[in-house]
Amino acid sequence: MRISMKSIAEPNGHGPKLENVKKVVRRIKFESELDHDFGEYIAGKAHGQKLLTCIQCGTCSATCPLSHYMDFTPRRIIAMTREGFKEEVLNSLTIWLCASCYSCYVECPKEIRITDIMYALKREAIQKGYYPKRLPVPVLARIFHKFVYRYGRNTESWVLIGLYLRTNPFKMLKELILGLKLMLRGRFKLGIEKIRKRNQLRSLLAIEEGRVK
Amino acid sequence: MKKKYIYYPGCSLRSTGIAYDESIRAVFEKLNIALEELEDWNCCGATSYFSVDEGDAFALASRNLALAEQQMGNEDFDIVAPCSACYLVLLKTKKILEENKDLYAQINLKLQKVNLNYEGKVKVRHPIDVLVNDFGLDNLAKQVKFPLKGFKVASYYGCQIVRPYSMFDDMYNPTTLDRIVKALGADPVDWPLKTRCCGGSLTGTIQEAGLRMNRFLLQKAQEEGANVIITCCPLCQHNLECYQERINKQFREEINIPVIYFTQLIGIALGLSSKELGLNRLFKKPSLKRFAVQKGEVANAW
Amino acid sequence: MHGNGHNGNIRIGFYVCHCGHNIASVVDVRQVAEYVKTLPGVVVSRDYKYMCSDPGQELIQKDIKENNLNRIIVASCSPLLHEHTFRRAVEKAGLNPFYFQMVNIRENVSWVHTETEPATEKAKDLARAAVHRVFYHKALETKKVRIHPDVLIVGGGIAGIHAALTIANAGKKVYLVEKEPTIGGHMAKFDKTFPTLDCAACILTPKMSQVKSHPNITLWTYSEVTKVDGFVGNYKVTVRRKPRYVNEELCVGCMACIEKCVYKEGKSLDEFNEGLSKRKPIYIPFPQATPQVVLIDPETCIEFKSGKCKKTCVEACDRKAIDFKQQEEIKEIEVGAVIISTGFKTFDAKRLPYYGYGKYPNVYTSLEVERLVNAAGPTGGEVVLRDGSTPKAIGIIHCVGSRDKKTNRWCSKVCCMYSLKLAHLLMEHTGAEIYNFYIDMRTPGKGYEEFYDKLLEENVHFIRGRVAEVTDCASIPDEQGKLIIRVEDTMIGIVRRIPVDMVVLAVGLEPHEDAQEVRRLFNISCSTEGFFLERHPKLAPVDTFTDGIFIAGACQGPKDIPDSVAQAGAAAAQALALIDKGDVELEPNTAYVVQEECSGCRTCLTICPYNAISRDEEKQKAFINEALCKGCGTCVAACPSGAIKQNLFEDEMIFSEIYGLFEEKKNIEFTNA
Repeated sequence: MRISMKSIAEPNGHGPKLENVKKVVRRIKFESELDHDFGEYIAGKAHGQKLLTCIQCGTCSATCPLSHYMDFTPRRIIAMTREGFKEEVLNSLTIWLCASCYSCYVECPKEIRITDIMYALKREAIQKGYYPKRLPVPVLARIFHKFVYRYGRNTESWVLIGLYLRTNPFKMLKELILGLKLMLRGRFKLGIEKIRKRNQLRSLLAIEEGRVK
Repeated sequence: MKKKYIYYPGCSLRSTGIAYDESIRAVFEKLNIALEELEDWNCCGATSYFSVDEGDAFALASRNLALAEQQMGNEDFDIVAPCSACYLVLLKTKKILEENKDLYAQINLKLQKVNLNYEGKVKVRHPIDVLVNDFGLDNLAKQVKFPLKGFKVASYYGCQIVRPYSMFDDMYNPTTLDRIVKALGADPVDWPLKTRCCGGSLTGTIQEAGLRMNRFLLQKAQEEGANVIITCCPLCQHNLECYQERINKQFREEINIPVIYFTQLIGIALGLSSKELGLNRLFKKPSLKRFAVQKGEVANAW
Repeated sequence: MHGNGHNGNIRIGFYVCHCGHNIASVVDVRQVAEYVKTLPGVVVSRDYKYMCSDPGQELIQKDIKENNLNRIIVASCSPLLHEHTFRRAVEKAGLNPFYFQMVNIRENVSWVHTETEPATEKAKDLARAAVHRVFYHKALETKKVRIHPDVLIVGGGIAGIHAALTIANAGKKVYLVEKEPTIGGHMAKFDKTFPTLDCAACILTPKMSQVKSHPNITLWTYSEVTKVDGFVGNYKVTVRRKPRYVNEELCVGCMACIEKCVYKEGKSLDEFNEGLSKRKPIYIPFPQATPQVVLIDPETCIEFKSGKCKKTCVEACDRKAIDFKQQEEIKEIEVGAVIISTGFKTFDAKRLPYYGYGKYPNVYTSLEVERLVNAAGPTGGEVVLRDGSTPKAIGIIHCVGSRDKKTNRWCSKVCCMYSLKLAHLLMEHTGAEIYNFYIDMRTPGKGYEEFYDKLLEENVHFIRGRVAEVTDCASIPDEQGKLIIRVEDTMIGIVRRIPVDMVVLAVGLEPHEDAQEVRRLFNISCSTEGFFLERHPKLAPVDTFTDGIFIAGACQGPKDIPDSVAQAGAAAAQALALIDKGDVELEPNTAYVVQEECSGCRTCLTICPYNAISRDEEKQKAFINEALCKGCGTCVAACPSGAIKQNLFEDEMIFSEIYGLFEEKKNIEFTNA
């Protein structure tokens, strides 16, 4: 019996990527690979949030304006944090994309303060170094932090310049025109803002220049 | 106004948000609301400090609160923070220190070591709150010199002043800015994205996401027929104003709408000059010539 | 400290129970028994494996007879469990049951401690305290009060109807009082019921009709209970019958008057149709209303507002049933038991601004949709939007108002099932794409999971995700003009925007707004959620803490029709059991006023939570109604003159118990107070 090749279409360039077929990825999680204390640890860092009461309803992800761009939606992050999928959570893009708009916080039916948990995860990632060198969000946080530690106020222009230099110098060229436009209108001041009692401020802070004192 | 306000500008109002600083000072002076700048204020930390260390973030913010209490002594006063992010950080600090007694004790211990003390007396207010609830819209309307008749204004509240604490307005459907707009004689535009996030610092860090967030807002406001968008946060203003060309190029849109601070709009209606209000610092000024701006007529429905 | 209760000749029998392993594994019961033998007054001291068993009780009875015992102490479990058992046993042996005292060494000792030595010491202390106490016990008589055989049922929904029929069929007289002008409750509004898709009206109306025609049921609709006095078996209830302005005896429900009303069309929102249609000032809730009598709404009727109406309704009525002068009637009845079956109210969806109810016209609540699909409803069973068009896509949102800390924490139990039912009916009526958005699918009853299977086979979309918002703000051209539901499809793991024409909110069940008032009226309690509180969630779901008052149906907690009917039957059985007993025994732990010592200060009057104390104005003394008194002891403690005492808890008993507890402890001094 001949099978007519006419009824079977020619390959159209879609379908699974060949590289993925050649090295089939095996995804299974064993209990020993999880960090079982991670959930409690993060809940503790976010002043005792009740991660445990999450019923995975998905309201947070549905209301989050940035959930479209995240690799793991907020709901999945909570589930993974709870179960101890530490590596996946700290390596995700989600925690950096969160803009702290508090939409999830106010809608959660269990009143879990999800924004605070995202902050706690950001802190954990920054403190343990779970970010690539050139990821702008943590780099921005660090530069901002340093500036404020040193001078008490942050001078936006220098923080931005520092950010671009460290993450993507070529991008700075693209932003140059915008920068000039702002400078012409007096919105891009280069003078460094300082406070008087800098030492007083520094003594209140526990983290200096990226290291815990 | 008998009440005194301590003015906390925040770092943004010194650079990208300088027009906000200028216009709010000018407007409050014209309305006779006394603003005294907080001496030696430090950065509130915004979202960045919370991303690095929470204890430090609270300490940073509490220094400002403690300084304010020190500055005013026994008098009754409120801190006014125009930048929404600063407003939220200060308010959140105040609320969390109220809730969490241990944290409050820890922070105060640190403050006391440098001769400061935070008692929890000072209230954190936003200028919209002060104008609507303390000063009163009646009084504002009386002072309007050029009612902005027919001018369609889309009020963009952003996220930080209504979430998570909705101290002076409704969380899902805020109306304070719209009421100010009406008091000025203009037409508030009812649009559905009043409180949707603009992406914050994402336009600087992960631009792809940031641009899309702003595109949605701008396109909707323009669709609803707004002639101008007013904001109350320097970052929102920057995001909505400065990337319009880029959005048009990337997404093939035709967005062209001026974005100004609400205090600038008030200033225009009160008859203040461009220079005082920092209108020259905008990329695009709102064009008022087309609209009936009648001298002496006062709007009476808001 | 040891007084004379019986001419100085106290003969105590002490028994300590092993309770199998429960007590004996922690407390050395033999040691306790031996120790107690040494105490003064104790004649017999034994330990036994199961005191509550027949042989155990017989042991006590034998000892009473043979050793002439006049006080019995049993150290075993909680009095709540077996005090009654032992009192009966003692009584059977010819001794007044109130010479019996129980000591709890199970819940208070062996179940809360782990080390034997200290536990045994504690058991000994407690036993010793009891030995001191029983010296002062007196013989008391239980009072018997007659139970009135009539029953009042408040609330004429399916639960009330079923309870009324059950009790009436048993030959007792029932008063069924209902606030609305008709009985039937929420069930009368439904089209079909899950899971059988029985027509609600078809199964309900025969029962309603039975109620109307039953000789033992007095049906008072459009009436409310305003006052309740009395106690179990003897309730005096005042019912206010609101005026319909139509004579119930004469009206036959022909509805000619409604036709002829000067208003050609309806003017005010029809409550029965959930505000989806309008009714005239003279109306009947629905054609099969029971009683089938029209009524006039004085708020909208011209005659009431201005007095200048043509009164075409009066002309139209050939039985002269309309009476604008009708007054409200106050009825006073006496009943022995009350069943409260006032039902529920649905969650007000306006409280959730993000679902757009009240903002977008095509967002409906489930009850509104029930009326839409109902052939007897405002649109004759046509499911149409506000503008008359047929929806092509419908989204049903589960858990509206429920499972949310900010509104109602509980799960309303029936919403998943009724959402499935509505999904089926809407699909039948419109052929639209139906989407159900749920967090969990709760289908626990008989035939419920199978119903879910059936729905799955009907190609209804089931998306697991709690909807964050319903908006009309389109982000792509396809969404223009539709209501967009923004949800995370948690199963597939992606955020979706689903444009629909109609949104149905599956609102949860809540207690009525006046639940607190009702419970105060009847002197029962509410739980934290606001539903009426049952005596025990597992073993006594229809009893309340007030004897003689029972609850049934959704007023006790959200539930579906089968459970409501079951509870109604249970409450009816409890009421019947009470009535058939004929009389009720009152626990004699009541307080009493020693009249000579009462100074008439009135302190006790307002303190009593059961309103049991009244003042004799002539004598200027307080007087306690034994039947109402629950023995809480508040007045005993509050009386400044010490004039109030409490049976079974006299001061001497308590003080001697305390003394006995600490007698052998060092380092404790007693000062004579």
